[in-house]
Amino acid sequence: MLKNLCKKMFGKSIWVYHCNTGACNGCDIEILNILTPFYDVERFGIKLVASPRHADAMLISGAVTRPTLPLVKRAYEAIPNPKLVFAIGSCATGGGAWFDTYNVTGGADKVLPVNYYIPGCPPRPEAILYGVALALGLVDKQAAPVELKQMEFPIDMYERNEAWEKRNVIYELLK
Amino acid sequence: MWLTSKIKQLLMVMKPGVVTLNYPHERPPVPANLRGQPVFDHQKCIGCGGCSDHCPARCILVRDVCQELRVMLYDGSRCTYCGRCADICPEQAITMSNSFEIACDQKEDITTRMELFMMTCQRCGRCYEMEKTNAIDRINLKGFRYDNLEQRALIRKTSETFDPTLLQQSDQYQRPSTKE
Repeated sequence: MLKNLCKKMFGKSIWVYHCNTGACNGCDIEILNILTPFYDVERFGIKLVASPRHADAMLISGAVTRPTLPLVKRAYEAIPNPKLVFAIGSCATGGGAWFDTYNVTGGADKVLPVNYYIPGCPPRPEAILYGVALALGLVDKQAAPVELKQMEFPIDMYERNEAWEKRNVIYELLK
Repeated sequence: MWLTSKIKQLLMVMKPGVVTLNYPHERPPVPANLRGQPVFDHQKCIGCGGCSDHCPARCILVRDVCQELRVMLYDGSRCTYCGRCADICPEQAITMSNSFEIACDQKEDITTRMELFMMTCQRCGRCYEMEKTNAIDRINLKGFRYDNLEQRALIRKTSETFDPTLLQQSDQYQRPSTKE
C-alpha cells in the first residue's frame, strides 16, 4: 500500500534532505558517493537540498544523540507532508553499537516514524541506491525474516547406529 | 582560446564514455571480501554463545527456554557487519555472505531466529554449568543468558544458579523510554 502511495505521491522526483544526527561521517560519505557521476542518483530525479522545507524525504544517519534530538524533531516537522524517512546505516536503524548508551536514543525509529531501513556500517552506495529504488518501486524486497530449527539432535542417532552395524559387518566377514 | 579549451574538454569527456553504473537494472559483481549479511547454519551450531559474547553491537541474543532448548536471535538492525561472530565461531556455523541488498521497511525482515537442541549430561541428567561462578568471568559475560527476546533488550544481570524470579523480571523488562 505504501509503495503504491509513494508511486502516486512521488511520481516525478524526490528531493532529499540529509540529516546527520551524530554519525561518524561514514554514512555521510556514502550518501555523497551516490551523488557522484558513477552512481548518479539524479537519474531518478533525486536531488540533495539544503532546507527541509524544500524536501520530500529525509535521510537520517547516526544514532540520534540527546543534543540533536529536538533539532531532528524540528527538521522533521519542517518537511511538508507527505514525507518519507530513510534510516541509513546501522546506527540509524537500530542504534548500532551504542543502542543502550546513556546519551543516545537508540535509532531513528525511537524518535520518528521511519519508512525504510538501510542497514550496513556504512552501507554500500549500491545498498543505499537499492533502498531508494525500493521506495520508488523499481525493485522487489529481498530481505525476509529467517527462522531455523534443529528438528533432531546434531548427531543423528539412526545414522550412527547404522554406521556401527556396517563397521561390524566387516568383522563378521573376517570370522 | 576559450573555444579550444572547450573542445579539449569535450574530447576529454568523450574518451571514457558513459561511466554511470545503471545500478538497479544491471548488477555488477560484488568484491570477494565483502562482509554482507551473516548466514547462520543451524545444523553446525552447537549453541556455545561465543558469537553473542563477542558481538560489539550485542545483536545476537541467547535465551534458554528450557534445559534442552536454546533460542538464539540475530537482530540485524544494529549489526555492524564486522564479522567477529564468524571469526569466533568454533564450528564455522556463521559465514558472512555477500548479500548487501537488505533494505527493508520493517526491522523484523533482517532477523534470524534459531532454535537449538542442547545436550544434557548422559551421566547425571543435568546440563553443564549454567552460570559462570567466577566474578571476573561474569563481567565478560554480558548477561546474555536472560535476554528479553521479545523486547530485543539486553539485561546486564547473571545469577549463580538458575533464578526463576530473575527470568520473570527479564520477561517484563522494558528499556527506559526516552520519548517525550
